[in-house]
Amino acid sequence: MTRLPYVRPMQGWWRRNPYYVRYMLMETTSVIVGLYAGILLVGVWRLSQGQAAYEAWLAALRQPWAVALHGFMLLAMLYHAYTWWKVLPKTLPLIHVGGKPVPGLLLSAAGWTATLVISAAVYAAVRWWGL
Amino acid sequence: MPDNEKIIEIEVLRYRPEQDAEPVLQTYQVPFTDDMSVLQGLQYIKDYLDGTVSFRWSCRMAICGSCGMMVNGKPELSCKTFLRDYYPGKLRVEALAHLPIERDLVVSVGDFVKKLASVKPYIIPKEARSLDDGEYLQTPAQLAQYEQFSSCINCLLCYAACPQYGMNPAFTGPAALALLHRYNADSRDGGKAERMELVHSEEGVWSCTLVGYCSEVCPKGVDPARAINMNKTSSAADYFLRFVMPKGVVK
Repeated sequence: MTRLPYVRPMQGWWRRNPYYVRYMLMETTSVIVGLYAGILLVGVWRLSQGQAAYEAWLAALRQPWAVALHGFMLLAMLYHAYTWWKVLPKTLPLIHVGGKPVPGLLLSAAGWTATLVISAAVYAAVRWWGL
Repeated sequence: MPDNEKIIEIEVLRYRPEQDAEPVLQTYQVPFTDDMSVLQGLQYIKDYLDGTVSFRWSCRMAICGSCGMMVNGKPELSCKTFLRDYYPGKLRVEALAHLPIERDLVVSVGDFVKKLASVKPYIIPKEARSLDDGEYLQTPAQLAQYEQFSSCINCLLCYAACPQYGMNPAFTGPAALALLHRYNADSRDGGKAERMELVHSEEGVWSCTLVGYCSEVCPKGVDPARAINMNKTSSAADYFLRFVMPKGVVK
């Protein structure tokens, strides 16, 4: 009897499972992180053009739409930071301490804690100590 | 069947190549008891309702790896998935995603078997030893480096979980690469350099984008995503270190 294997289409695959939706969200937020890095680079470029250019760049960032965009980008960045540390253990060699495997969640938790502590320290340094 | 049995609706994705141009759903009303697996539900269908339904199974205890299928869209071993957990809702079973359907719930596994052979899934000894040299010794720490990866039963749930394999069937895929790592990580093995060519290639670890669902669905606790992504690090190190260590890093 002739074989006639049926290959199913992949269109819309990422909507088939909530896990895939979260994966796509993780990948998409990396684009937003890149966009934010681009905005900061523009700031450096404007600074090289002199004080007036830099002040104009700062003024543009105070526009309501810019503030709203940054609020959105902050959320995207937080989600991306969360997922970045979440998948990090998958990229590390197996680590054993005292003959027991170190759980991935512990490594992720260390990353989340470091992100929060360093972010808070940088925020405090800029906001209150005027660095 | 006892009197207090319940009835669950099971939708089966049928594909009979001689009559169906594409797969179609067929619904069955299946009486069940709380101890019945999805596989037993299918066996009830085949025995009492419709003898033409095709599916694979063998051991009924999650070790042979034959009865993998999509249960409500998730890759599962049907022998360790229970009907009671879906009641009173209905249940849809389909052939494992991303693999060609041969008939009904039976998929073609030929592609995987070729890939499995390509990773040289056996120990290639570092040096020839005679019986007089005695056995290879291994410490518990050395065992721990590969033990979990050796639990793979080739059930292909991880291939059904991997959209990259679905979109690009040339990708070697989670189970074969996890088994590749199982041998590379074995202290008795000396075949890493032979396997590295596949690791580096487009069809090797670099086709993985770390979706990570393969490790979620594995019924044996293997972490293929980790095996693959660890090897991205060693592949990258091998690529860059060749400039400073022309004779290669991989021994």
